[in-house]
Amino acid sequence: MADLAFKDACGPRPKKAFTLPNFIIYTTLTLLAIYYLAPLYVMIVTSLKTMPEVRLGNVFSLPQEVTIEPWIKAWATACTGLNCDGLSRGFWNSVQILVPSVVLSIAVASVNGYALAFWRFKGANLLFTILLFGAFIPYQVMLYPIVMILRDIGLYGDVWGLVIVHSIFGMPILTLLFRNYFSSLPEELFKAARVDGAGFWRILIRVLLPMSAPIVVVAIILQVTGIWNDFLFGVVYTRPESYPMTVQLNNIVNSTFGEKEYNVNMAATILTGLVPLVVYFVSGKLFVRGIAAGAVKG
Amino acid sequence: MHSVSVKDLSLSFGPVEVLQKLDIDINDGEFLVLLGSSGCGKSTLLNCIAGLLDITDGQIFIKGRNVTWDEPSQRGIGMVFQSYALYPQMSVEGNLSFGLKNAKMPAAEISKRVGRAAEILQIGPLLKRKPAALSGGQRQRVAIGRALVRDVDVFLFDEPLSNLDAKLRADLRVELKQLHRQLKNTMIYVTHDQVEAMTLADRIAIMRDGSIQQLAKPDEIYNRPVNRYVADFIGSPSMNFMQGSIGAKGLTIGDVTLSIDGYKSATKLAKDDVIVGVRPEHVATGNDVADAVYCTKVTADLLEPMGADTLVWTKFAGHEMRFRMDGQVRLEEGQEVEIGLSPENLHLFDKVTEERL
Ligand SMILES: Nc1ncnc2c1ncn2[C@@H]1O[C@H](COP(=O)(O)OP(=O)(O)O)[C@@H](O)[C@H]1O
Ligand SMILES: [Mg+2]
Repeated sequence: MADLAFKDACGPRPKKAFTLPNFIIYTTLTLLAIYYLAPLYVMIVTSLKTMPEVRLGNVFSLPQEVTIEPWIKAWATACTGLNCDGLSRGFWNSVQILVPSVVLSIAVASVNGYALAFWRFKGANLLFTILLFGAFIPYQVMLYPIVMILRDIGLYGDVWGLVIVHSIFGMPILTLLFRNYFSSLPEELFKAARVDGAGFWRILIRVLLPMSAPIVVVAIILQVTGIWNDFLFGVVYTRPESYPMTVQLNNIVNSTFGEKEYNVNMAATILTGLVPLVVYFVSGKLFVRGIAAGAVKG
Repeated sequence: MHSVSVKDLSLSFGPVEVLQKLDIDINDGEFLVLLGSSGCGKSTLLNCIAGLLDITDGQIFIKGRNVTWDEPSQRGIGMVFQSYALYPQMSVEGNLSFGLKNAKMPAAEISKRVGRAAEILQIGPLLKRKPAALSGGQRQRVAIGRALVRDVDVFLFDEPLSNLDAKLRADLRVELKQLHRQLKNTMIYVTHDQVEAMTLADRIAIMRDGSIQQLAKPDEIYNRPVNRYVADFIGSPSMNFMQGSIGAKGLTIGDVTLSIDGYKSATKLAKDDVIVGVRPEHVATGNDVADAVYCTKVTADLLEPMGADTLVWTKFAGHEMRFRMDGQVRLEEGQEVEIGLSPENLHLFDKVTEERL
């Protein structure tokens, strides 16, 4: 009897066959996936249709005749009220806003987080609290005061004005992120570097930043998506010739000449969303790992 | 001249006084061990000496120079941490040379020093590796090497062996001792492991709640602990304690009275209640019983064989008592054993102050 019982259960655990809970879980997941993917599907097929086909109104049907004309038009020739060079202008404007904003905000926030985590100067906690508080102030409240400040320092309407605004608004959350990440690193490492005679900057640059790839990736993702998707600051703080892509998109979609070109609008919208989308796909895994690393210790 | 002097050092974290008016003088080339249970302030004291913590009050001298307000790198100290704290992105060579590069030393001198440290610590073949590719023992050697290359006067160790497994710990302990013989630097070594302390130290400082209980040579601490805390802390298995009283006929413990003529007391013993301590290894058994001043028979209640010795649990004069026997002697639980006590092996402590009498 004993042997038999032994033989009964041996080797890998047998796979559970189809069960009701599994059925429910997978059905729900599939339905949710369809629900969320449906708009994307509609956008893609519409953007590949010709205008006569769009007019038929079958939004879910596949294009009978695939065309990339709408994409080309959206990128290069679509008209806003002011000009007719499509989204390309907005794309390059956005890049010019994005790159310095991301670099500047991460550079400053990493130093902030480092100082708060390791150099516990007098008032560090108070400063940190104030900074966190900044994360909860609604943008609308700050909108006009910032216009006045930028005008006073002569950067109103300038791309650099917008860069500074983006950097400041990213500061609370990025500083929190870096501070928590640095606090999770062993303090003995910092002490060892001090005994080795490294100063404030050398410890940061030679010892800590090389181990901070995960959190830098998280910061880049947060900033790239946040700044790329920004509309409000872009429209308020820049002039029409330097509007970012989102504003340009809005102007194309809302331009009132003639009939609405849904295929062009769909293509333009996908083009605008492409940058954050690519960032997510490329670095999704790193993102999760980085968030986890920063979240372990508060 | 003292190598390291700590004068009247106090440190508080907010309202919590972690170190209280410490005074320590460490001789040139001495191996001093700071021993105490976890949380008693050993690491804090070491960090103060290293300059990694700002002290609240007092002074610190290294090689006769007042370094109280100096940066860690200017104090002529090297430090080895419990977690090794190697820079993970740098190779072993990078780790060793980081401090020298910070001091803007010429490249030729750096490679000479790294080479010498690698030779002393036998880590030459590892120089190009990253810390992640090293074993615990190798990492600890690199961490020591980082202090070695800087040619410092004083080495500070914060529980450097406690992350290693028992066998490796014993090996590295011996290596550390040899290293000290070879380098003849002053070393301050923090541990909570009394075996490490006894084997390595020239002198041991026993710490408790931020103050030093006793600072003396290992054998002095073992043989003449200044108070009950130290007596209890040092020795494994730890000392037996019993309630007793001193009277005209000598020392009375429960229904047992024995003479204490051979006891070397610090002061004249008054007739009073005392705490009596006796180490398990100082209870005479076997042939030694004949030489003991007092002998009796006790019942072995419980046996803990440990190979070389057997630890026997028994009742003596109304108190729980453990004593050590030769492991080769055959003994059954419940059997009677003859044991003996002698006054020179006893420790008497004041019942109230718990100070040694
Ligand atoms: N930064 C700190 N802030 C507040 N209390 C601390 C700090 N560092 C250590 N302590 C306290 O000081 C005491 C001694 O700590 P430590 O020196 O690390 O002990 P150990 O002897 O185990 O090395 C502990 O009670 C600890 O809680
Ligand atoms: Mg400690």
